[in-house]
Amino acid sequence: MREAEIGRLLAANLLCALSIVLAAVIPAAFLDGFSVLGTHLTWLCVCSVCVATLNIILHLVLKPNQSPKRRSFAHKISRFLKCCIYFFMSCILFHAIIVLYGAPLIESVTETFLFAVLLSTFTTLQCLCLLGPNVQAWIRVFSKNGAMSIWESSLQITSMCSILGAWFGAFPIPLDWDRPWQVWPISCSLGATFGYMAGLIIAPLWIHWNWKQLTYKSR
Amino acid sequence: MGVTAGVRGVGPRVGAGSEWCLPGQSRRGLSLPVLPSRMQRWPVVLFLAWVCFLFFAGIGLFMSGFLLTRIELASSSSCSDPLVPPPWERQSLPPGSCWAPQRFSKAVLVIIDALHFEFARFDPAKASPLPYENKLGVLHQLATSQPRHARLYRFRADPPTATMQRIKGLTTGSLPTFIDVGSNFASYAIQEDNLLAQLVQNGRRVVFMGDDTWEGLFPKKFFRSYFFPSFNVKDLHTVDDGILQHLYPTVDSGEWDVLIAHFLGVDHCGHKHGPDHPEMAKKLTQMNEMLRSLVDHLGNDTLLLVAGDHGMTETGDHGGDSEKEVNAALFVYSRAPLFGSGPPEEPETIPQVNLVPTVALLLGVPIPYSNIGEVMAELFAGDGDAVSAALQQLSVYHINAKQVDRFLQSYSLVAQDLPAEQLQHLQELFSSAVEEHTQLLTQVQGTTVPPELEPRLGSLISRFQHYLREARAVCTQSWARFHPLRMVGGCILIASSCLLCYMASELATSSQSFCRSCLLYPLFWGPVGAALLWLVHVFTQEGLDLLLVSSWAAAASQLGFFWHWWGQHLKRARLTGSQPPLASGGLRQRLRAWLGLAFPMGILFFRCGAMFSDSFVVAEARVAPFLLASLVMLLVGKLHWDGRLTVPEAVPAGLAGDVASREAPLGWSEIWYLLCLVAMFLVCVRLSSFFHQCREEIPQCRPSVFLSPLASLKNTRAKNLFYLLCVALLAGLVYAVQSWLRHYGNLNSSGPLVLFVRWGFPLVVLCIACYWAVASSADDSLGKLQELVQVAVVVFPRAVYGLASVGLLLLLCNPMTVFAKDTRESAGSIVTPYLGVPGSEVDFLHVIPQIYKRMQESQKSRLERGSCRATVAAYGLGSVYSAALVIALTLLGFLLMLLHSERLSFAFLLLFLEAFVLLHIHTCARGLAGDAELFSVPWYAVISWLLAASQFFYSTGHQPIFPAIHWNAAFVGFHLDHSTNLLPAVLVGANTFASHILFAVGCPLLLLWPFVCEMSSSQRKKPKKESREELQEVEEHMMEMRLRESPEQFSTALLRLGLKYLFVLGAQLLACVCAAMILRRHLMVWKVFAPKFLFESLGFVVSSICLLLGISLVMRVDCAVSTWFSQLRLR
Repeated sequence: MREAEIGRLLAANLLCALSIVLAAVIPAAFLDGFSVLGTHLTWLCVCSVCVATLNIILHLVLKPNQSPKRRSFAHKISRFLKCCIYFFMSCILFHAIIVLYGAPLIESVTETFLFAVLLSTFTTLQCLCLLGPNVQAWIRVFSKNGAMSIWESSLQITSMCSILGAWFGAFPIPLDWDRPWQVWPISCSLGATFGYMAGLIIAPLWIHWNWKQLTYKSR
Repeated sequence: MGVTAGVRGVGPRVGAGSEWCLPGQSRRGLSLPVLPSRMQRWPVVLFLAWVCFLFFAGIGLFMSGFLLTRIELASSSSCSDPLVPPPWERQSLPPGSCWAPQRFSKAVLVIIDALHFEFARFDPAKASPLPYENKLGVLHQLATSQPRHARLYRFRADPPTATMQRIKGLTTGSLPTFIDVGSNFASYAIQEDNLLAQLVQNGRRVVFMGDDTWEGLFPKKFFRSYFFPSFNVKDLHTVDDGILQHLYPTVDSGEWDVLIAHFLGVDHCGHKHGPDHPEMAKKLTQMNEMLRSLVDHLGNDTLLLVAGDHGMTETGDHGGDSEKEVNAALFVYSRAPLFGSGPPEEPETIPQVNLVPTVALLLGVPIPYSNIGEVMAELFAGDGDAVSAALQQLSVYHINAKQVDRFLQSYSLVAQDLPAEQLQHLQELFSSAVEEHTQLLTQVQGTTVPPELEPRLGSLISRFQHYLREARAVCTQSWARFHPLRMVGGCILIASSCLLCYMASELATSSQSFCRSCLLYPLFWGPVGAALLWLVHVFTQEGLDLLLVSSWAAAASQLGFFWHWWGQHLKRARLTGSQPPLASGGLRQRLRAWLGLAFPMGILFFRCGAMFSDSFVVAEARVAPFLLASLVMLLVGKLHWDGRLTVPEAVPAGLAGDVASREAPLGWSEIWYLLCLVAMFLVCVRLSSFFHQCREEIPQCRPSVFLSPLASLKNTRAKNLFYLLCVALLAGLVYAVQSWLRHYGNLNSSGPLVLFVRWGFPLVVLCIACYWAVASSADDSLGKLQELVQVAVVVFPRAVYGLASVGLLLLLCNPMTVFAKDTRESAGSIVTPYLGVPGSEVDFLHVIPQIYKRMQESQKSRLERGSCRATVAAYGLGSVYSAALVIALTLLGFLLMLLHSERLSFAFLLLFLEAFVLLHIHTCARGLAGDAELFSVPWYAVISWLLAASQFFYSTGHQPIFPAIHWNAAFVGFHLDHSTNLLPAVLVGANTFASHILFAVGCPLLLLWPFVCEMSSSQRKKPKKESREELQEVEEHMMEMRLRESPEQFSTALLRLGLKYLFVLGAQLLACVCAAMILRRHLMVWKVFAPKFLFESLGFVVSSICLLLGISLVMRVDCAVSTWFSQLRLR
């Protein structure tokens, strides 16, 4: 049971990581002059869309939190709309926080916003998939003993890793190396992506090794 | 004296809940001695002062080893100076010559940056040369084919081997240090007499091409100039190609007398690739070609000098004093024969400064005043026989020695850094040589020399040489050498002081025993160490350096502290060793404590690490706010992670005993309050970045528009608008402070201080507003009123200074802002004095039981009737400490705003707002975390406070570089005449370290604020627990009196806060010091690290002194409160 669940988690996470790698490689075949650094905005869009679709598909297939009740169609629609609004709001919130951290206010708004979208994809979208538009549950998950399943633990780890990666990504910006990836927001988005991928890989391993300490309350 | 609790204030201006009713203390405090047990005031301040002294000694020691200082003399040489040879010799001078006959009418000086001697040397025997070897073939070719026309020298540069310092050395003939204390810090322009100034003064046309550093150093000196940007080290070709484009046309045009070309490609190539790289070979080959064709373009009357300003290490760096860095090359060539004899086997080594007097005399201009170089005699040999050559050499040596002697004499008049005995010795050498010279000259008539005098000629020349070399050695010793031992010593002293701060802040649990034991020993050992050193010096008869003595004292006292601590530690270990060990639990607890520390300390670690990279130092204006925002966000994140920010869904109502759940202030309002505060804080941090100054390292940066004074605004409407906004801001600040004080009831008394706050503050604002109005008005529009304006510009700032100092004096004399409302019945009736005159302790012992009885009665009656009659209601007693600090901070804020340009008052408002929000966040987070230790300030608060201080250093328009200092602050309230240097230094210093001052003085607020805010939070909770006993509620209103209740803990808390503050400051300083020491060979050391170190250490000094002042102010208030209480009792 436990091994199987961790295996499923690992598979899902590896798929996510693979999708990110593919998002960096595949478009070069279709788009002229595509590169992660050169056409960064395109890559940001592609990567967000890839990760988002894959996450949604995985969620639909694996159903980590299947609810026993069957809901009406109208309910599903309203839930979906709510999710969209939440996602959009989280993008705005991330954008605001990034600007408050020192990103340029007016210049390169597009870059900043797309970076915010990427961060939301790595964090909020997962929350939406797993927990639905339920802020209370989100708040619960991100506290010390809040995770109630390995999926939620994984969510904790990946989200924190992506944010941490984005934070560390800001470090090389002031250096005078004159590298193309030091331009805003490339280093940060790369940092977030690497952080996310690291989180995807760390999460199953961490859960595997700390299985004994993890006591999930039954819902 | 009937003191009971519970009267509601009905005074006209009393805010709700702003009173503090006197009494809980007597109610339960009767078991305590009645005179409040004395607080350890002096030991705390002394201990902190001692720690500051340790740091200062460390800074001083490091600085004396790292920063070489020298004083620039303003005098300059001129053609008519009396030290030129006597008139009968002078008649032979051809026209256009000064001091000595001109040998060349033109000169070309080619400076190849970082031309190491090995680059210029050519060894045909070498089979497989390295990329940098055997590339400058033309030099070798000229030197071998025309040995009397060309010669290669080793050219020894003096450290610091940075380009700017070397250019200074190559033109002034002196040894520039990092700080040349001159008349003007504001620009890099060379103030001293120099070769270029002499050339221009004597009507020569100087053409320059190349490195644009020269533009800053010699503004408007060049007849024609072609500057190219030198900043981008990665760019190997722009400068060189630019020069090559202009070089030959300029040479051919003939419209020049001296041509200087400064090539940077070799240096940049070294920085980018290192010397051992094919690019270097290409670059040197290009230089070779350039020289080859340049030689073809030269005329017969032209002197060609090819020089490297310094060498480079194996990695291509320079800046320090290693052999490879100082070993440069010099090549001299002329079409006319130069040398009397052939070249020596091994190229001669000459110091770099020797170029200056040589070139000056060869071109027939006076030697620059501050030159300490020696002429290169072989260049003055001429074509004649040995005797006439020797005579010529003797005359130039004579001129040179006279000039050096004149310089040393005038230098020793203004500065004492050259040792007196050695100067005396030099003086003797000089006068004996001159004496012999005059003797000799009387025997020589014309150019015929009796043959017996020839050996005397030679010996005289060598005597002059000896004198000049000695003089240079003396100067080098004191100006141009790092003292690694001192640097390391200073570093160690600072590091161990940091360690001491950390340990003491963790150890100090009870101040009384701690201070006594840990202060006395070091204070004893320090002077002992100093005395020992002094004795040693007395016996060895050496001069005594104050700095050395104080650092010895510091080290000795520190050792005393550690020794004592270790002894205590062992004792304690022995004591606990007998008890059953609680190792496992203790270990886990300790681990948890370490992890808890890791989060604020991690941020501090990043901050310190950033000091080691020049890019991060340059970008620090953005780094500090980033880290600050991260720290606060992390704090919130951590609170959330610990589950402090979630509302438990259902608190089991039945568990009445669950005190914790009731005590923990949970509720959405609290959480939203915290989140709003954090959002506001982040907005403040972001807004403050609109006030940044720029550094030249970031070319695309535009300085903030708010930095320029209003007077520079062209648009009248915008000017008026900004002016009104600024004044409104000031008024708003006064209003905010007054309403804060009113809210806590500190504005009710009729004492002089409160009156000052009420009426003096608006007056100060009025004066500032008038000053701004006068200062920003356009000069010409006022016409007749000009004189009045001149007076007003001086009078208004002085009025502000006066008012502010009156306010601060009042604050010191009587810091009580408490309004006592005495509704007691005649107090005397209840006690019968024991021996007539009350006042002694014995007396109190007699009186107290009576008071107690009386209190019991009145309490009983109060419980019966629900209200009391006989009380003393003291309004504002609960925030009396903070009120004093807030008043002091506001006054300081006014002063500092006055010193800045008008529109920076926005930044100051942001500063106050951010500090206020930060204090609230701190209070709120502490309430949410349910911290048990009320009396200790957590590390994150201290670190965020200091990060905010450095953030606002940048946000008040400062940068740690000299050109960015706001010099005009020295003239606020003063015309351009300062009799001493002290006052302008204080004004400029206050302007520069404004945020350091404000945050350091306000530091005790970190401790006080949670107590002040206690009331508001309890009020918010009140509706929920109406049923609680009133007695308990009274306890809640104690606010800062809680601190006074346990004076022991209060003083310990202040001590620990001060130590923590000093630790964080010291850690930053240590990082700067280490960066400066380790990276002293870095390309950017004199541009980035050394100024950063200077600013950081000055900031440390200012901050620590202000911290001491702030803590002393709190102590002073405590004194006043004690007297107030005792007076109340006596009444």
